Amino acid sequence: MKHTGIKICGFGGQGIILSGYIMGKAAAIYDKKHATLTQSYGPESRGGACSAQVIISDRKVDYPEVLHPDILIVMSKEAYDKYTPGLNNKGMLIYDEDLVENDNKFSTGTGIFSIPATRIAEDLGKKIVANIIMLGFFTAVTDIIKVKSMENALLSSIPEGTEELNLKAFRLGYDYGLKKLNSKCDEGK
Amino acid sequence: MKIKPAVLTGVHFMNGDYACAEGALAAGCRFFAGYPITPATEIAEAMSRRMPHVGGIFIQMEDELASMNSILGASCAGVKSMTATSGPGFSLMMENFGLGIMMEIPCVLVNIQRGGPSTGLPTMVGQQDMMQARWGSHGDYEVIALTPSSPQEMFDYTIKAFNLSEKYRLPVLIMSDEIVGHMTERVVIPNEEDIFIINRKKPKNKPGKYLMFQPEEDLIPCMANAGEGYKVITTGLTHDERGYPDMSAEAQEILITRLCDKIRKNKDDIIEYTVFGQDDAEIIIAAYGSPARSALSAVSLARKEGIKVGLFRMITVWPFPEEKVLELATRARVIIVPEINKGQIVHEVERCSKGRCQVISLPKLARIHTPYEILNVIKEVSNS
Repeated sequence: MKHTGIKICGFGGQGIILSGYIMGKAAAIYDKKHATLTQSYGPESRGGACSAQVIISDRKVDYPEVLHPDILIVMSKEAYDKYTPGLNNKGMLIYDEDLVENDNKFSTGTGIFSIPATRIAEDLGKKIVANIIMLGFFTAVTDIIKVKSMENALLSSIPEGTEELNLKAFRLGYDYGLKKLNSKCDEGK
Repeated sequence: MKIKPAVLTGVHFMNGDYACAEGALAAGCRFFAGYPITPATEIAEAMSRRMPHVGGIFIQMEDELASMNSILGASCAGVKSMTATSGPGFSLMMENFGLGIMMEIPCVLVNIQRGGPSTGLPTMVGQQDMMQARWGSHGDYEVIALTPSSPQEMFDYTIKAFNLSEKYRLPVLIMSDEIVGHMTERVVIPNEEDIFIINRKKPKNKPGKYLMFQPEEDLIPCMANAGEGYKVITTGLTHDERGYPDMSAEAQEILITRLCDKIRKNKDDIIEYTVFGQDDAEIIIAAYGSPARSALSAVSLARKEGIKVGLFRMITVWPFPEEKVLELATRARVIIVPEINKGQIVHEVERCSKGRCQVISLPKLARIHTPYEILNVIKEVSNS
C-alpha cells in the first residue's frame, strides 16, 4: 500500500497552493486514488511563507498533515532551511536551484533533484509559471502521478486562455526532469 | 460567464469552504449575506460567484450583525438563507442568532473556527467556540450544531443543516474549523433528484385562522412567509401564539419551554455520530471536527498493537449525545477527549459520564493533534 506525503513550500504568490491543488486533483480525480491537500500560510497572501501539503494514498486519508515528507519541493531559501531537516530519511528533495543554494547538509534516500524553474519561466517570458515547470519536473522525477492525469488536472485548474502557456511550461519541466533522470542513470553506470 | 446549474453533479476536488457553499446551493439556499473573514472567506467568495448562476442573491453586508439580520429577513420572506463567519464575526452574530431562535426562523450560520479569543489567529485552526455556539446568545434555548470532518461532509452536512433548520424552525450552526474549511479532497455531488430536501411546514389554515406561533403536536409551528396573505407578526419579545408581545411569566414559561422541548424531544432524530471499534473498547476517544481524523489514525495504530480502543465521533455536538456518552462510559474504562481548545466538550463528556469512567482532556492549540500525541495517551492509559 502506498501512502506518500508531499510538501511544497515557498512564498505566497509563487503558486504553491495551486501546485498542490493540481497534484491532488490529478491523483484524486484522474488517477482515482485518495488525495488530501492542506495548506498553511500567514495573514498576508503574497510574500509570506507558505506551504501546501498533499497526501496521496491507496486508502482513505485520516490524519491530513505531513509531518515528515516523503517528497519535499522547495522554492525558497527560507523554506529550505525550515523544512529540509524534517524530510523523511528515505525521502526526496526537489528544489529550484536559482532560489535555493544547496549547502549539502542533507542527504536523502531517494535523491536530490534540482531545476532552475524560475529561470526557465523567465526565459518563457512568464515568471508566474515557475510552479507549473516545477510540477512537470516533479512528475518526471517521481513515479506517483501519471503525466496524462497531471495534464488533465492542470488544464482544468487554470484560467481560460492560458492553456497553451501552462502546457508548454509543464512539458519544459517534464522534459528537463527526464534528462536529469537519464544523466543520473548514466552517473550510476 | 458560463452558467452552471445549482447542483454541480459530479466528482470534484474541492475545499471544505467551497463544498459548504455548494451544499447550500444544492439545499436550495438562494440568499447569502456575509462579511468576509479568514478562514471563512472562500464561502462568501464561492457564493458571490455562484449566486448569479442560480438567480440567487449574494450581498456583502457592512458587518456581521447586519449579515445575520439580513439572512433572518430573507428567510422570513421564504428564501433559504445562510451566512458564514469566523472568530470575532461569530461573536457579533450572537445577538441576532438569538433573535432567530426566538422568532423561529430557519437559516444556517457557518463558523469556520480559527484561534481566539479576539482576532487571535486568523489563519490557524481552533475549536474554541464550541461553548459559545451553545450559550453565546443570552437567555435559555437549545441549538443544533454540526461538526463535519471533511470537505465531503461539509457538502453533505450543509444540506442536513438546512433540512434541520427548515424542519425545526431555527438557525442551525455548522461548527467547522480551519483545517476542514481549507482542506481539499474529493467531493462527490449526487444527482439533484437524489438529494433529500426538507422544506418548512406551510400553514394548513386559511389566512384568517392562521397563528404564526401555534405549535402542532411536534411543538413546531407552521411557517407562513411574509407576503403570502397570512398575518405575519413576529418579535424578539416574549410572545403568544399570535406573535403578539406578552411579557408575562406565563407566556415566558410556555414559549421558552416549547423552544427547548422542540429540540430536546426530537434529539434522536437530530443527533448523529459514528462509532468505530466500540464493542470491545476499554478506551474511547471522543472527538469531533478535524481532530477526529487524527483520532481515527491513532485508534488504528493502537488497535494494531492490540490495545482495545474505539472512536466515538460526534457529528452533532449540540444537542449533546448524552445517552450515548453515558452508555460508552458504562462500558469503557476511560474516555479521552482531544480538542483544539483548552477543554470544552470534555466538560459535557464528564457531565454525561456520571462518574462511571475516567475522562481525560487532551487540549491542543492552533494545530490538530498528531496521531502520535493521541496514541501516547492511549498507551499511558492502557498501561496504567
